[in-house]
Formats: sequence, C-alpha cells, structure tokens
Amino acid sequence: MMTVTRCRVGRTILALMLSLSFAGCAATGMNTRPEIPPMHSIDEVRDQRFADVADPWEGFNRRIYRFNFYFDKYLFLPVVNSYEFITPTFLQERISSFYNNIGEVKNLTNSLFQLKGTESATTLGRFVTNSTVGLGGLFDPATKFGLERHDEDFGKTLGYWGAGSGPYLVLPIFGPSSLRDAGGLAVDTGISYGIYTGIDPFGSVNYGYLYDYGIVALDEIDARHQQSFRYYESGYPFEYYMVRFFIHEKREIESGKPLTAE
Amino acid sequence: MKHLKLIFIACLLLLPVPGHAADDGYGYPIPGSYEASIIGTPASLIPEFPAKIRTRELVLHIFPDRQVPPIFFYEDALHCTFAYQKQKAPLVFLIGGAGANDRTSNLLTMMKAFYQAGFHVITLPSPSTSNFIVSASQSGVPGDLTEDANDLYRAMEAAWKQVEGDIEVSSFNMAGYSLGATQAAFVAKLDGERRVFNFRRVLMINPSVSLYNSVTRIENMLKEIPGGPKKQGVFFNRMLTKFSQYYHYGNFVAINENFIYSIYAEKLFSHEETAGLIGLSYRIGLAGMVFSSDVVTNSGYVVPKNRVLSPNDSLFDYFLVSSHLSFFDYFNEYLYPYFQKQRPGLTKQEYIASLDLRSIEGYLKSSAKFGVMTNENDFILTKAELDYLRQLFGERAKIYPRGGHLGNLEYKENLAYMVAFFK
Repeated sequence: MMTVTRCRVGRTILALMLSLSFAGCAATGMNTRPEIPPMHSIDEVRDQRFADVADPWEGFNRRIYRFNFYFDKYLFLPVVNSYEFITPTFLQERISSFYNNIGEVKNLTNSLFQLKGTESATTLGRFVTNSTVGLGGLFDPATKFGLERHDEDFGKTLGYWGAGSGPYLVLPIFGPSSLRDAGGLAVDTGISYGIYTGIDPFGSVNYGYLYDYGIVALDEIDARHQQSFRYYESGYPFEYYMVRFFIHEKREIESGKPLTAE
Repeated sequence: MKHLKLIFIACLLLLPVPGHAADDGYGYPIPGSYEASIIGTPASLIPEFPAKIRTRELVLHIFPDRQVPPIFFYEDALHCTFAYQKQKAPLVFLIGGAGANDRTSNLLTMMKAFYQAGFHVITLPSPSTSNFIVSASQSGVPGDLTEDANDLYRAMEAAWKQVEGDIEVSSFNMAGYSLGATQAAFVAKLDGERRVFNFRRVLMINPSVSLYNSVTRIENMLKEIPGGPKKQGVFFNRMLTKFSQYYHYGNFVAINENFIYSIYAEKLFSHEETAGLIGLSYRIGLAGMVFSSDVVTNSGYVVPKNRVLSPNDSLFDYFLVSSHLSFFDYFNEYLYPYFQKQRPGLTKQEYIASLDLRSIEGYLKSSAKFGVMTNENDFILTKAELDYLRQLFGERAKIYPRGGHLGNLEYKENLAYMVAFFK
C-alpha cells in the first residue's frame, strides 16, 4: 500500500515537473527572436569596476535573496506585523531592550576574544548596569551614563585576527552575510546555546521546552521588528548589488581588517 | 540624493550639531549647500512623531493585463503607503524625488507630520523608480513631464478608488519635492482639465524650474573629478579608501552618527569631491531608471534587444554600463527620439522647453492654489530661476537662507510650514 502511494506521489511530481519544463520550453519558444546587440555595452566602459564584491555564487545567492523575499512576504512580516499590532509600543521597547541586553553577552565574549580591554570593561559595565538598575535589561540606563554599546560577533573576531571575509553569501532567513560571518554566526549561536542550557531557566518547569521555544521565537520576531530592511522595496533594479556592497563594506571597515593600498 | 545617503550609510541619525551663528533667525545649522544635501537634518532637530500611526500598504494593479518581465517579478503592482484618520479630514498626496519609493525616509517624515496634524496621506513612488516604470507607466519611458503627470494621475485615481469607501475626505491636496515637485505642477494642471480631485492646494518643495538645466548642473559636478565622469569608478574607489582609512585612524565604535558627523566636521572630502559624490550618486540612481525602462520597452539600449533576463542572471555589467551613461546620453539617444516619433516635427529645443515650469506659466500664475518652498543655496536652481520662482509665486514662495537641495526638508520649522500651508 505504502509503495503504491509513494509511487503515485512520485509520478505526480514527475508529471508536474515535466509539464513545468515543457511550459518553460513553450514560454521561451515564443521568445526566440534573435538578440540584437545593445547600443551601449560593457566594452565601451574604460574604468575601474566599483561597488564590486567577490560573489562567485551569485546565482545561488540571488535564489536565496528571492526566497527570503517570499519568506518575509508570506510568513515573517505578517507575524511581525501582528506582533506590532497587538503589543503596546512601550512593551515592544522593553522587549527589544531585554534582548539587546542579552546580546551584550555575545559582545562581551567577542571583545574578550579580541583582547580589547577597555571595550570589554565598557560592555561588562553596560550588562551589569542594565541588568540591575535597568530591571533585568528592560531599560537601558547605561547609554545615558555614557557607556556606549559596542556590537561584536565572532565574524568580527575572525576578521580582527586577519581572516578575510570570503565570498559573499546570502543566508536563508538571516539574509546577507559572508562565508566568514556565516561561520561566526554558527559559533555565536553555539556559545549562546551553551550558556542557555547551562543556566536552563525552565529546567524544573513542566513542558519547560515550550518556554524555551517561545523565548527563541520572540527573539527572532523582535530582531525582524528592529530591522527596517525589506527585500526588493527600493524600487531600484540593482538593489542586490547595493545591499551586497554596503553590507560587505560596513563589515570590512568595522571588523578592523588592515586596509590594502589601492 | 537617496543613493549617496546610502553610500554614507546615513539613514542613521546624526548628533546635534552646534547652533549656527548666522543671525537670520533660521535654526537649520548646516551652511554648505552640498553638505546640507548629503547630511540632511540632525536627529535632534526633527520633530517627534507618535509611535503608532494608522497606515496601510496600498497594492495597486494599474494595468492588470500587463506581462511583467521575469526579472521584475517583485514589481507586479504599484506600492503606495496610506495613513488615515478616523474622522473626516483633508487628504494629501505626496510625490518624492528621483528614485524615491513610497517609503523613502523623507516621504515618511512628511507623512508623519501631516498625519499628526490631522490629515489623511497617500505617498506615491516616483515615476523614475522601477516599481512605477514596470507597473504604472503607460509608455515605460520616464522623464516626460506631461506623460509622467498622466501616469501619476491614473495612479492617484486608483489609490483613491481603493480607499474612498473607508475614509471621509474634506478636500484633496498635493505636495511633491524635487522632481516630484515639478511633476506635481503638471499633475495639478491635468486635474484642472479632468477635475477628479479639484486640488485645493499644491505645494512644490525644492522644485526644478527647468529639468534640463537642473540635470545639467548636477552632471557638471562630475566633471570636477580627475578624468571626468568616464573615470567615476576610479573616483569611487579612491573615495571609499579614504573613507575606510579615516575610520581606522580615528577611534570609532561603528559606522554611525558620530562617525558621519566627524567626516563632515573634519572636512574629509574637499568641495570638489563632495560635488563629485553627489553627481555620482545621481548617476547611480539614473542607471536604475535607464535599465528598468530599457527592459520594459525592449529597446536594446543597454540590454540586447529580445533578451529575456531571468531573476538569477547577473546584472552587474548592466549596472556598470548604465551608470556610465549621462542624462544627456539618455536624453539624446532615448527620451527625445521616443517622443519625436510620437510628435513629428518636435525639435530638441521645443522638447527641452516643454520640460519646464515656464511652459505652464500661465496656468501657474492664474491659480492661487500653488505654493513653493525652496532654499537660497539649492544647487539645482540658478539665481535667475530662483528669482523667477519669487516673481511667479510672490508671497506664496517661501525661500529659506540655507538647506541645499532637500537638506532641511525634515527640519521642524520646514515641516511646520508645510503643514500650515494646507491648513
């Protein structure tokens, strides 16, 4: 019985794929008018390339970029919009502040990895201040006391110790990144997970894992809520390149990689 | 100037700038025209707005039967933003400058200011964006003020149709800035014939008088760079190196407000370099318009004729080619020939004259609904053009002593004037 069903499913998928590829043929078949070279082409540009970033996997990256657009459109943003609709602004701000404060742990570990003494002290000061005076991170009095936030992550740590960014990489859901920073994200997530399971705040609660999932889900929703970027919103056909350039350059500059002379 | 702002990652807010010493009673602090245009208004001088605003995204299918080219799969409809009151109120349509979509920060700030003062607001993407070219332009060839006005009017009617059942409107109004300001004048003229909205008041903010002259002035800024506009890539890369080295020699925490302010305070870029960056950012924006139009019309201008680009194809070479084209290339090889075909006998001089407020001067003079707001040092206007606006609009022309091109648009006093104009 099982095999029959599986076979049927397989056949349906096969038929669907075939019809889709034939549809593709038909569609392109209508557009087989010969190409005529354009009035202006790349041969006439005698200039350095600019705003360019190493992107050998561009085809793949563009697919993921597109996937993220649809993921945002049909799932992520509707959820975020509902969250914004039902949650009072004051509460939204407290939630952001809470997660930003937890993020200080990542900032601290990475500024320590980079042996940045003053910065580590500042970040530790912020964490302690906001966790106590700031009522468990719900408020951010540290900034008012002049303790500036230093965003750090393991990608920056790698960059600081001389690792190049590697090829540009668009991650599903997380968005634009690089090979190095994707690795960094995995390490940071691992460390956070380690610390969290070490503390295990809901370990003694029945169905405590549900609370754990809730905390992670709210974290993701809050992160998207704080991020105003929307895929393909710019009305600019070269948006992919602009985003790629700004993300890459900002990371390059901030990770403290020594500059190469022109 | 949207893309230059991006270059500086300057969607970020700025630190309070020390008050300007000039004794003219106007508090906008940045004296330089180019600097003001790039930096905009420091965060502390932008008014505070309510955190929650009743808004809705309008998705308008203007030409439902139109086939969208595969690479523009995401531009299947025109996107407008709609902010609405619960009670009866006047409605304001807002049109941004070249490259501005419906959620460009300048437009959103204006939207919030009007909303706070009790207006309904609808923001529209500029006819120069790919969103508009693909989904709302009849011809797919942007840049002609009369046709752009037709397209905008059609879009406004569609937007109104979608919301008229939900709100009560006491009057219709319109404001635009930069290219959108000049377009607004032509839309109002069309409304005078069609009478769908009967606009009560129309405000033009930092308009061009002559599109061709304004663009010429911006194009000239690129001539200042070594090797001229054909070497803009070399220039871009050199400026970028300068930018990152400056970051590394200073003790900065991140590319944030302090860093950007410091670039301005320390005069990292010379006057010519700043001009070059404005010109380059304009070219980068223009490239998007040229490419989008070429794809939609299959004209074979920068993309081979009959080539169907897929969403995963690399477009980088098209970006490089299009950004090396000047407005004059676009005008002489694309825009003017297109309209010459439609209007036989049209000379280039006549066509240039039609892209000018002076071509509808009689109408503008005859109507008390218009007002203009601009700056003494807006670099898209000559002295003569500024005087022309003064003379044309009399006391309905509000000219601020500084602010460059749009630099002071978000400044609290300017926003207060805008709102008061429609009261």
